[in-house]
Amino acid sequence: MKTFKGGIHLDHHKDSTAGKPIRNAKEPKIAVIHLSQGGALCQPLVKVGDTVKAGQKIGDSDKLISAPVHSSVSGKVTAIDNAPHPNGSVSSAIFIESDGKGETVEPIPNISVREAGIVGMGGGSFPTHIKLHPPIGKNIDTVILNGAECEPYITCDHALMLQEPLSIVEGLAGIINTVGAKQGLIAIEDNKPDAVAKITPYLSMGNVQIIVLKTKYPQGGEKELIYALLNREVPSGGLPMDVGCIVSNVGTSHALNRSQKTGMPLTERVITVTGAVKDPSNLRVKVGTRIADLIDDCGGFAGNPKKVILGGPMMGITQSTLETPIAKCTTCVLVLDEKDVKLFEEQSCIRCCRCVDACPVQLTPNFIADYSQNKMYAKAKELGAADCIECGICSYVCPTRRDLVHWIKTAKAKKGLPAGRQGKK
Amino acid sequence: MSGFTVTNAPHIRAKEDSAMIMIYTITALLPAVIVGAVLFGARSIGLVTGSIIAAVLTEYLMLFLRGRKAVPADPLSAVITGLLIAMIVTPATPWWMAAIGSIFAISIVKHAFGGLGFNIFNPALAARAFLLASWPVIMTTWPRPFDAVTGATHLALVRTKVMEMSLWNMPHHIDTYWQLFIGDRGGCLGETSAVALLAGAAFLLIKDVIDWRIPTGFILSVAIISAAFGYDPIFQVLAGGLVLGAFFMATDPVTKPIGRIGRWVFGIGCGVITVAIRFLGGYPEGVCYAILIMNGFTPLIDRYLIDRVYGHPSTSLRAGKK
Repeated sequence: MKTFKGGIHLDHHKDSTAGKPIRNAKEPKIAVIHLSQGGALCQPLVKVGDTVKAGQKIGDSDKLISAPVHSSVSGKVTAIDNAPHPNGSVSSAIFIESDGKGETVEPIPNISVREAGIVGMGGGSFPTHIKLHPPIGKNIDTVILNGAECEPYITCDHALMLQEPLSIVEGLAGIINTVGAKQGLIAIEDNKPDAVAKITPYLSMGNVQIIVLKTKYPQGGEKELIYALLNREVPSGGLPMDVGCIVSNVGTSHALNRSQKTGMPLTERVITVTGAVKDPSNLRVKVGTRIADLIDDCGGFAGNPKKVILGGPMMGITQSTLETPIAKCTTCVLVLDEKDVKLFEEQSCIRCCRCVDACPVQLTPNFIADYSQNKMYAKAKELGAADCIECGICSYVCPTRRDLVHWIKTAKAKKGLPAGRQGKK
Repeated sequence: MSGFTVTNAPHIRAKEDSAMIMIYTITALLPAVIVGAVLFGARSIGLVTGSIIAAVLTEYLMLFLRGRKAVPADPLSAVITGLLIAMIVTPATPWWMAAIGSIFAISIVKHAFGGLGFNIFNPALAARAFLLASWPVIMTTWPRPFDAVTGATHLALVRTKVMEMSLWNMPHHIDTYWQLFIGDRGGCLGETSAVALLAGAAFLLIKDVIDWRIPTGFILSVAIISAAFGYDPIFQVLAGGLVLGAFFMATDPVTKPIGRIGRWVFGIGCGVITVAIRFLGGYPEGVCYAILIMNGFTPLIDRYLIDRVYGHPSTSLRAGKK
């Protein structure tokens, strides 16, 4: 079975939501739409007191790498102010009080990908229209649809594959046509045979096939997928298009297809709410719904909630408040119980090499972290700090509990270092 | 509100910590120690105990003097060092001599360089070299198993015979191999029984505590070079401290290289130096010095032999990218 070098097996913790049908979350009373949801920060197109409809464009930017944001509810703009952002920072957002009427804007036939506000929904949040229009000279032969969903706990892509197989495949066919690729590959880990079975009947359209991959973290990483499926390596500092690929999440493919079919922009997505909540669920939520509303929707907390994470347990970001709203790229609200939250003190490295053996991009995380801790960022760069995909495996396996990935991220973020793909653009 | 813990990702961690790894290592060494105790009698118990207690006490003293808080891995790693020292000296060693070795290993070889994780040389092997230099006669007196009579180890016998007759013609029968394999021979306390050591090594390999490249490179290079020069490869692998050294000493995480290529080079380097000492040197056993010498090369190997990072054209990351 195909896979990549390195990686580890994790307890998947998906049982509480795997296979559960997607249900619609309650419409939020207040939607908090962030102006920064992929690409450049948008400027608000509405002002306080304005009435907006669901699907109305409320923020846009004239920067190249940007995508507009849309209201997910109908109602009144009550504030344009700072709000906690899913990435852990604070950023400006538009607060809309819902009037409960659910009025929507008129559908736009053949809505463009940009106008529909589509961004990478697997967590990357990169504006999709940019990805679909690679510069001249970059020939795309393969479109990879990422249905690996390798992070523990998360099942939103799985649920989507079970429920919307046709839409996902149609979306993929659309991407293949747009970029003129030869083939489309849907990558699914071997722990989701039901998803494979659901999608298989729809494969007749175009040159599309499913590739079943070994269940291993981080199988869903872009670089890992490309290596596993095509045995190609994205050059350091480069993008998948440099090796003739586009990697897109199954959620993005579905959102693309849906916007084409309905003429409506992206205002909702499927997320998993799981962990220490009474009724863990796969929910279709309006973008801008706050965590607190989703926890209520799932019957409230269970046990002693200690950590609230947006994203998975390996790469997700802890939230200090339940006021944080869901963004287009949020995949999961994970609540960890007190008993699952352990705090460690970093000890000195014993050079056991577990991080080296597990690193999916073959870095030496212990050395890079040493340099980073001593503020020797240029040295960290020499060892390839900028190639880190931030999967968190090194910290996970470290028997001396070093915060390796944190130190590598620190080195990566320092000036003079290309900060991965964002910095490249 | 609030009250939520905010930390860096990842939010889950593997169960095995460094203390657990040390406990695995101690467990893996026990079969060989037990065989040693059976072969060489009650005095081996005193030797092991004295060595371990001295190591642990020195560890705490050094941590105290350096103003460091002890983590569970610290005393456990001292237990491993103490245990290994007892295993790589002759059973004739008095317990206090092994204890002095432990004190040297922990204070000079380990803590003078910064404690757990920072030592350049394997503390137990350095202690053995120290003891050999300090008490050369006792350290080369080898009691026979189940016997008060002392004699030479197999390798020492080979060494003397080289001078008297042709070693090339020295016959090794299946009986010799079997004796060496189960451990019915003279030698260091913990090095005699290959089968007990291999059982422990298999456990560590399954638990992913030791690297497979180093022992593979080490043992294969010894066997191949021996065969190439007309020595008996099976004898060369089973006699002496090779099995113990290859699986438990050369794989010491702290003193081995980090990269995969580096680990191969390290293992093969150990093998080459071992046979060089055995066949060319004046001392019958080379494993201890071979590993110590390669320990010295580890920082250099780490500097120049790093694995190729995904998406980079070559391994020469440091040289190539500015």
